[in-house]
Parts: sequence; structure tokens; C-alpha cells
Amino acid sequence: MSDAEDIERADAGPDELYGCPMAQRRGQVVIHPTRDTYIDTVKALADDGYTMCVDVTAVDYLAFGGRSLPAGVQAERFEVVVNLLDIEAGRRIRLRVQVPGEEPTLPTLFDVHPGTEAMEREAYDMFGIVFSGHPDLTRILMPEDWEGYPLRKDYEIGTIPVQFKGAHS
Amino acid sequence: MTNTSYRAPASMVRQTAEDAQELKPRSEVPAAELMREIGAVLRMSEAEAAQLGEIPADPDEDQTMIINMGPQHPSTHGVLRLMLELQGETVLRCKPIIGYLHTGMEKTGEQLTYFQGGTNVTRMDYLSPFFNELAFSLATEELLGIADDIPERAVWIRMLLSELNRMSSHLLFLATNGMDLGAVSMMIYGWREREEVLRFFQKVTGLRMNHNFVRPGGVAADLPPGWRDDVLRLLDLIPPRLEEYDTLMTGQPIWRERLQGVGVITPTEAMALGATGPVLRSTGISWDIRRGMPYMRYADVDFDVIVGSYGDAFDRYAIRLNEVRESMRIVRQVLDRMPPGDYRIQDKKVTPPPRARIDESMEALIHHFKLFTEGFKVPEGEIYIAVESPRGELGCYISSDGSARPYRIHVRAPSFANIQCLPHMMRGGLVADAVAIISSVDPVLGDVDR
Amino acid sequence: MGAIEDIRGEGLAGMTHNVITGRIEELVKWARSRSSWPANFGLACCAIEMMGAGGAHYDIARFGMEVFRASPRQADIMIVAGRVSQKMAPVLRQVYDQMMEPKWVISMGVCASTGGMFNNYALVQGVDQVVPVDVYAPGCPPTPETLLHAIETLHQAIEDGELMRRRGNGQGADIHVTEIPPSGQPVPVLLGSK
Repeated sequence: MSDAEDIERADAGPDELYGCPMAQRRGQVVIHPTRDTYIDTVKALADDGYTMCVDVTAVDYLAFGGRSLPAGVQAERFEVVVNLLDIEAGRRIRLRVQVPGEEPTLPTLFDVHPGTEAMEREAYDMFGIVFSGHPDLTRILMPEDWEGYPLRKDYEIGTIPVQFKGAHS
Repeated sequence: MTNTSYRAPASMVRQTAEDAQELKPRSEVPAAELMREIGAVLRMSEAEAAQLGEIPADPDEDQTMIINMGPQHPSTHGVLRLMLELQGETVLRCKPIIGYLHTGMEKTGEQLTYFQGGTNVTRMDYLSPFFNELAFSLATEELLGIADDIPERAVWIRMLLSELNRMSSHLLFLATNGMDLGAVSMMIYGWREREEVLRFFQKVTGLRMNHNFVRPGGVAADLPPGWRDDVLRLLDLIPPRLEEYDTLMTGQPIWRERLQGVGVITPTEAMALGATGPVLRSTGISWDIRRGMPYMRYADVDFDVIVGSYGDAFDRYAIRLNEVRESMRIVRQVLDRMPPGDYRIQDKKVTPPPRARIDESMEALIHHFKLFTEGFKVPEGEIYIAVESPRGELGCYISSDGSARPYRIHVRAPSFANIQCLPHMMRGGLVADAVAIISSVDPVLGDVDR
Repeated sequence: MGAIEDIRGEGLAGMTHNVITGRIEELVKWARSRSSWPANFGLACCAIEMMGAGGAHYDIARFGMEVFRASPRQADIMIVAGRVSQKMAPVLRQVYDQMMEPKWVISMGVCASTGGMFNNYALVQGVDQVVPVDVYAPGCPPTPETLLHAIETLHQAIEDGELMRRRGNGQGADIHVTEIPPSGQPVPVLLGSK
């Protein structure tokens, strides 16, 4: 079942959750805050019990612009995906924030969830997304003087052609 | 007992604002309050640290020095580098520097089909390869929509292998933990048990490590005949050896002195940092995904979640030792309840046909060819599935664009978050304890760096 | 006198032998091959199998190699076990340079030998671009038996004297790819210049 069909059938639940467009997929709740409402939404969720931030990652949708999003969400090049966990109730929620490619900045989650420090550094290293307010935004996986952001879609994978001895090309 | 007729003089009554004592909502608790001490993490780039290498001619008495531990070090569990700021023997601040094993697996994952994805993902946390494959397969199956149609036998085989893998990973932890603390013979003992488990894996999957056995749709092959005897042999062999470890380590005064009270982390800190697994459970928070959000058939088996109380290295050691016992309990139940049936889903779009049929049927040959060259197409969407690996929450986030290759695959590595706890555990401790602390967190650098 | 000058100049390999010195050379080679100590360089999954080789079941102690020296100054063989990333390559070279002659390198596993299944930006495609390798052990990961076979091959080669002479300036297999052109263009890759 594709995302589009799931969204159309979202009469099973509210269209909005915490003030953001929401989509449900196979029991997983995904909300789409904007860059401005991002931190407030995370704080509201933290008050509501989602006290643990499990993962912060990013996706570069340069090669797949036609993805389906709920109505009212403006698709941008990058998406930052945040996974939150509520330990008391055993439930998860996912946030997808659209980040434009020309100006890839987003406020940092470090003050609300200190554990996102290393994860945001990885998103910066791999995608070039700058998290404003981050205490130490430097490269974490690649050498500090590396140029380029490896997981972007316009970054070559860097294969070297393999030649086998005795192969006739 | 209050005497209501007595009124203290006004000058002696302190006006306190009681509302400042109330617990603030979580959204208003900043990072500085969540962490016990702010000054534990050394935030300095490597270039700056290199410049500090100049020792002045007349250093102060209380000069701190920044030394480097790793990446090539016998006790850093792989290529972890730590910049430690020391004052004498006391560790003040610490910065873990990772990336020495970065393999670009997430980028490679975008080039491989979902069928080949298991080979890539399994090498991330190389001590618990089944868990990587399991998270990946579960995520792919959810996207495909076949998650509910996986045959029972396949699910129970996956559970059997996962729990045996948990045992082999924890046995390796016991071995390396012992060796790091000086009980060198523990290294040999732990490996002795681990070899037995790996021999079973070799019999079932063909490989000792990095098996690529759990695949979307089920498992790659059925259990070989005689597997029950092998598992029973393991279950008879290991408990008395665990008793030996209890004698060698748990009750021993040197072990206790070295681990109790070392590397303490509070529950708030652990949750704020995103730590999961034995690190989180050692603080007293009983969160285990198998119990809290059960996947596969963990809701149907009986096991205890082991929880510590002090948040120190000894608790983490004891939790892992007892988790071996709990895993054996689960394996015993799986042995009794293993149902007959298919070991993989019979959906032709996802599963290759049996090899014998390829000689007979053209259609089977074409299916086989297409599956192994092109791969199967997965509908558009994104999903996040998490499993409880020996190190914590191992999650797989896949974003699919409808083609045969994942558009983006990201693995949430438990060790990546657990390593963030290291500065907070080490602060105020001695350098010699740094080794014990790293060992108790049990990071796997393949997971951290991917 | 002549014999001593020869030794000073080129080591044992440069000597013209008489009966006594020939015997001594064989004794030295036998001793070197029978007690070569490995330097700790386990990186990834192959390191686990290397530790397994050191365990009781496969036991490299019977080949004299159970002491993994933490300090490269005390080691003879460097077993590069695992994938070498861009950040790790200078560290690898530094550790290799710190080892004292005679030293040998076993490249364990396919990631160390050729980059393995990870033909991408993050890994050095073969550790022989950084250090000269004497024996390559294939496998992903190689079982401890394969590693033992590689070690035995190396020991035999040491004992036969094939490895007494150091290669020129330790250039390795001479694969040098300095830039990767945009895809579509072939890159001439020279597999060794021998």
C-alpha cells in the first residue's frame, strides 16, 4: 500500500496532531512540523511523555522529488527525521521537517535532548545541514578537512573500476 | 507537631518561594540541568588539541594535560579514540573521536538491492549480525506489506538465532571485559563458549559471522536435521560455565573493587543522552523493546528483564551475565514450541523459487533471474523498525522510492548513542578506570561508524 | 673482516656464505619464523576472527604468536584485520613505521586486501596502497583456519629466505589512483609494476 493511499484513508485518526499535518502508516505516526514550529513541537511532545530522542537523521530527496506528503506540507530538498520514544507508554512518534537545499539550517535539539549532539553532527557531516545553536558542529565520521557531504545524492559514491588480471576489456 | 499558638518573630521567618521547588515540565528542562555536571564533555577540535602539544617550560602545579588514547590501543574495543583531559591521574573531560571505521555503508546500501542489503547491513554491528539483518528485514517486510504473512516457523527460527546471537555477543563481552580488567584467562574461557555457539551458526547458516541469513520474507534456509540436539548440547554446556564465571569474577573482591561505583550514570542522564540497552537498564529504568513494544513472538515467551540499581560498571556486567541466562530460557521455550512449516514466505515476488524447480519450469528460472539481478520492487514510503540488540535499540529507517533499491537506508546504532555517555561516566575517575568504563559500555565501532 | 662489512651493509642477505655463516643464517631465519609476534591491529569483524584464532580452539600459540604486542616497537608481524577507512590510513602507516625491521604484513580479509564489498569513498581500496603486504588472506571474514594458513605461508616464506630482502622503499603493490574521474571514463589501474 503506498503512502498516498494511507493518507487518503486517514479518516481513522485526526488530520493534525500537535498542530502539524499528520500521517499514519501501519501504526506508525508521522507528523510534519515546519522549521519554525519544530522546537516547540518537540518540547510539547517531551511534556507529553516522549522523553527520549532515539534518532535524528536526514534524507536528501534530490533524486525523488515526487514523494507523497500530506496536504499543506511544502516539499523541500532535505528532510530531517526525528524519532521520539515514550518509555512509560511504549509508543513512538516520528517527525519529518522539510529543510530547503539552498539554506540548509535548522535549530538544534541539543537543549531539549542532549543525546542528539552526535546525531546532529553526523547529519551535518553527511548532508551539510547546519544546526544552529549546536555546541560543537564539526565533522564526526569523515576527517575534519574533508570536502563535500558524502550522503548527498550529487556526491559520487567513489567506486574505482576493478580490473581483473587477464580480463580482456 | 506544630504549636499553632506560637508565632515566630517576623525577622526570623524566611520568605521562600515554594513554587521554585516544583518539578518543571520536561520542555523547560534544558540540557544543562539534565546532565549532572556540565563540564564533562571536551569540545575541542583535533586541530586545536594538536596545538596544545607545546608544553611550557615552567608548567603550573595544577596544569591539565590533554592526552590521546587510541585509535590503535589494546583496550579501546576497536578504533575508538579518546581525548582525555587529565589532571594528574584524574580524568576531567573527555571527547570520544570516532570515524576511524567509517565504511560508507549507508551510501553502499543505496546501490544494493533489498536482496543484497542484508550482506551490507550485517557488517555494521559485527558482533550481533543477526540483529542488523533482522531490523533490515522487518523494515523491508513492513514496506512490502507482507509483515503479517511471514510463516510461523520463520519467525521462531529468527527468534532462536537472535537469542543465540545475544548469548554469543554477551560471552564476548565477558571475555573482553575480563581481559581489560586483568583477568586474562577470561578471554580464553569466553571464547571457548563462543566457539560452541559459532559452530552451531556455521551448521545452520554456513558462516561463523556476518551470515546474511535473515532475509526479507523469512530466512535463507531451513534448520538442518539434528539441530535440536545441538541446541540442547549448548544449553547443557553453558550454565555450569556461567557458574565458573561467577566464581572467577562476580564474587571476587578485586573484581568488585574495580567495578563497583565506577562509571556511574544517573537515569536522567542516560535517558537524556539516548542510551539504551544494558546501559539504560543498569540505571534502574526497565526498558527492553522485547517487553515494552514486543516484536516477533516475544509477547508469547516467558523471560525476565534484568535491571540494575546503581548505574555503575558492575551492574552492567551483572546484567549481561544474567541476560545470557535469560536468553537460554527463551531458547528452551523456542525449542519446545518450534512449529513446522515454511521457512520463508511463498510469495513469488519476494522469494526465489527452490533450486530444483529451476530445471523444470521456465517461469521459475525467470523469477530466479529477475530476483537476483534486478531485485524486487518495494512500494514507496518510509518506515522505522527497532529491535533490542545486545547493545540497545537497533533501528532501521528505510525510505523507499518504489524501486528495487532503498532510496535511503539509515541504521540507528545503539553504540553511537551509548558512547555519548562516556564523558559523563569518566569524569572524576582515574585513568585506569577509563578502560573499565569503555569496556562496560561495550561499544562496537562498526555500529558507531557504519 | 669482509664478512662483517657485508653484514653491516646489507644485513644477512648480503653475505657471501661459508659453511658456518650459512648455518647461522638458517638458524636466524628459523628463529624468526618460529616466534614472530603480531602487532595489535584489529579493526573490524576480522579482528574478532583474529581473536578467535588466538583462543583455545584454534590456538596460534602453537605457532609462537599468542603474544599480541600492544607496542609496535616490539612486534614483527602486523596483521591488518579489517577495513581501513580514510581517517585510519595515516594511523596505519604511522604504526607500520614504528615497527622495527624485519617486519612483515599480513592483510587479513577482503576489506584489507582490496577494499572488499565496500568499493566507495570511505575506504582505502586495499591496504597495500599504504603499507607493503606480504601475504593476503581472503575471506569475509576469513575463518581462523584461513588466517592460520596465511600465517604458515608467511612463516614458510621467512624460513626459505624469500623475504629477507626488503622491497625498495616499501611502496606496496604500486596501485596509485590520485583522482577519480567522473563516471564513464576508464581509469588505468596498474596492478603492480613487477
